[in-house]
Amino acid sequence: MRQIDPDFLELPLRQLADAALQRARELGAQHADFRLERVRAETLSLYDTRLEGAMDADDLGYAVRVVKDGTWGFAAGIHLTPEAAAVVAEQAVRVAEVSAPINREPIELAAEPVHADAVWVSAYDVDPFEVPAADKVGLLAEWSAGLLKGADHVSARLLQVKEQKFYADTAGTVTTQQRVRVHPKLNAMKATESGFDDMSTIAPPVGRGYEYLTGTGWDWQGELARLPELLAEKLAAPSVEAGDYDLVIDPSNLWLTIHESIGHATELDRALGYEAAYAGTSFATFDQLGELVYGSPVMNVTGDRTVEHGLATVGFDDEGVQGQSFDIVKDGILVGYQLDRRMALMKGLGRSNGCAFADSPGHMPIQRMANVSLAAAPGGPSTEELIAGVERGIYIVGDKSWSIDMQRYNFQFTGQRAYKISHGKLDGQVRDFAYQATTTDFWQSMEAVGGPQTYVLGGAFNCGKGQPGQVAPVSHGCPAALFRGVRILNTVQEGGK
Amino acid sequence: MTPQEMVERALELSRNDGCVVLVDEGSTANLRFAGNTLTTNGVARSARLTVISIAGQGVGVVSRAAVRDEQLADVVAAADAAARDAQPAEDARPLVEAGPASPHWGEDVRPTDIGVFEGFAPALGEAFSAAEAGGRKLYGFAEHSLTSTFLGTSTGVRLRHDQPTGRLELNAKSGDLKRSAWTGVSTQDFTDVDVAALGNSLAQRLEWAKTRVDLPAGRYETLLPPSAVADLMIYMFWSSGARDALDGRSVFAKPGGGTRVGEQLATLPVSLSSDPGAAGIACAPFVTAHASGRESSVFDNGLPLGRTDWIKDGRLEALLQTRYSAELSGLPVTPGIDNLIMSGPAGGPSPSLEEMIASTRRGLLVTCLWYIREVDPQTLLLTGLTRDGVYLVEHGEVVGEVNNFRFNESPVDLLGRLTEVGASAQTLPREWNDYFQRTIMPPVRVPDFNMSTVSQAS
Repeated sequence: MRQIDPDFLELPLRQLADAALQRARELGAQHADFRLERVRAETLSLYDTRLEGAMDADDLGYAVRVVKDGTWGFAAGIHLTPEAAAVVAEQAVRVAEVSAPINREPIELAAEPVHADAVWVSAYDVDPFEVPAADKVGLLAEWSAGLLKGADHVSARLLQVKEQKFYADTAGTVTTQQRVRVHPKLNAMKATESGFDDMSTIAPPVGRGYEYLTGTGWDWQGELARLPELLAEKLAAPSVEAGDYDLVIDPSNLWLTIHESIGHATELDRALGYEAAYAGTSFATFDQLGELVYGSPVMNVTGDRTVEHGLATVGFDDEGVQGQSFDIVKDGILVGYQLDRRMALMKGLGRSNGCAFADSPGHMPIQRMANVSLAAAPGGPSTEELIAGVERGIYIVGDKSWSIDMQRYNFQFTGQRAYKISHGKLDGQVRDFAYQATTTDFWQSMEAVGGPQTYVLGGAFNCGKGQPGQVAPVSHGCPAALFRGVRILNTVQEGGK
Repeated sequence: MTPQEMVERALELSRNDGCVVLVDEGSTANLRFAGNTLTTNGVARSARLTVISIAGQGVGVVSRAAVRDEQLADVVAAADAAARDAQPAEDARPLVEAGPASPHWGEDVRPTDIGVFEGFAPALGEAFSAAEAGGRKLYGFAEHSLTSTFLGTSTGVRLRHDQPTGRLELNAKSGDLKRSAWTGVSTQDFTDVDVAALGNSLAQRLEWAKTRVDLPAGRYETLLPPSAVADLMIYMFWSSGARDALDGRSVFAKPGGGTRVGEQLATLPVSLSSDPGAAGIACAPFVTAHASGRESSVFDNGLPLGRTDWIKDGRLEALLQTRYSAELSGLPVTPGIDNLIMSGPAGGPSPSLEEMIASTRRGLLVTCLWYIREVDPQTLLLTGLTRDGVYLVEHGEVVGEVNNFRFNESPVDLLGRLTEVGASAQTLPREWNDYFQRTIMPPVRVPDFNMSTVSQAS
């Protein structure tokens, strides 16, 4: 197991925390927490095998959050001295005082056991920041050159992040954590007389190190070898005929539908209206907990912050709550929400399930998404067996365009590629497709989920939420699944052509 | 060390052929609220040093936050080393030569803080009380930020830009959350924000919504207000990179090769431009590029920016260019600018939105668009949703609120179908205001906006 980098531990973590928490106590704060973060990110971009952009950036700073007379106060600073940390604590208290005229709900937090001196490091082998940039560029260029043999243009991008967090609060919890994630992605584009199209790799972003690019966790050689042929087939494919179809959806596409229509819809802050003016609310309102028929009886969904290599996996959240796994949908019924400490207490749900997160030292933690995943059926069917059960349908692979309304009812998704299913067999690719549905109709139309052999952990680095805007990484595991009677659009016709 | 000293010291420390140093000092203060109460708040400071080192045609970029004095040499050394190890950059060009330094280069940075809301917060509290008395709930976000950017290069460029940005989004809902209305404003310092007046205008819209009219999906004559127009035009602006057009992978690619610059896109003589000096939406008058990409080049740092016409009298005039892409395309160098202005026919009629409503026999009035995403880059077909109020207009009057819709439309195609363009005014884009706040946009009339399906959301 990797250890936390010594140069992070050498920062004056405890001295700053002690100074800030002490000052907050002196000023009458009922609760205070201190969070110091260093987030390093490197982005490499290549176009047609040549380096187009490279950026090695970090973010370093700390935040003090207080509850003063029942009102939040938050302030963030960058100067790493105890004196400066105490000043930031004073600013947090001042923010609470200025905000008091508009606060009408006293802040109280659900209890959490004290985690004293807890340390957690994510599961990875090779720190991507220890690999020379030239080696990484060389590998991406080699992969790009292979794809260029079957494409007009190839873009390649590698995102790498190392996130280090130190947290301490007035209850006595002190946690130190480090996690790593990577996302390689390549895209091949080709033009014909009738237009152009492209295709991207479907390898998901993961909570792994550089080993993900060198043979652990994904068959890159295999996927890259197939991509030019798949793109050529797509370019020659007929335009889809709009109408209702049975869909078999690959995990590489379904993860995003889960993210948008279940992940966000079961965030309790959305259900309570805290995001109403921005990201929106949720059709899955709190009064329906335990009763809402979200989907068919084969639908079982968990929220999880513990799965190995998950992008939302942590040891402890940004309120000092230990990472957990919990039910969200059981046998098709809504049974749980994603919580932070304030909402858990407010709604009488007991302990928080650990979903508070801030994407930087300059932002206040808000409730963010756990790894929300659809369970596979033990002993369930393969993808081929799901397809065999379809007379007239579409099989969709890879994510592309997505959009959903502000209550998470109406969505529209496209994909990297889609195949017509005729009489239980794949019958070539089709183009210009999108599927459009209402969330509960869609999940209630899910007739079968695949077995564990079809299960893949997908995800994204850039889930957006909150004001000021924050981005969070999150994974979603799912099997292939079969849906009956879903509306397929022809996007060319939608454009009025 | 001051930001100015950090720029000078970093330039001195670099041992390579050329160097560009950017220092960004930022401060923000925000209040967020929902259901007539505070939800989150905060103040934050940030400081970022970006060193762009150039060795031959190789570039190394290292960017670090909260750099302490004793760390500066390490950051510069890391950028120098990265440049020496790098492949030749295809956008490599001589660094921009120095012009006059910014007159306020040496002045101190004056950060914003929570005090910017000292008058606004009590007024917002009163608006909460008024809303509560009227059975309404207010939601929204107020943010003020100030970013000071210092740019220095080994060729002597010394430029500084101070960018204040303020925004208020206010969303009113009926007590049962079935009716919703939104407004947003840009502000320099919140002293000019009349929360009570904004709250009253939203209350009026909620009154309109008391009469409910359910309409099916279909193509409708639609009035898009300035905020919705801004969101569509911003997406088109972001998609107007010259390199993608040259590579045949965007809506601005000419079939068979080249770009569509010079082509008539709009039937009406509408114009789309950017201008760093535009009153009320002023932005940086020079290029700041922290990394190279499809539409930016670190070698262009310091290039002066002036008014640029992207579309003039309905004709595509320019695409987003670096010096490198301009050479490839044979077109003028027209880098991106942080504001966007759309206007109707010069000297022609410029009705207000209210006048456009009054002249509508039957049509939809949209409040704003949301969750806009690209479906097809070939046509720039976008999908998204209406939200916070779609109203039915009949015989010149709003007669009720309609259900929400998912739309599928291309902004480029829309330009060719506009039948009326109203008076332009400063507006806050609803969807993209996290990234792009400074716009002046008109309301427009589209005779056949494609409402693809009904959304149950309210």
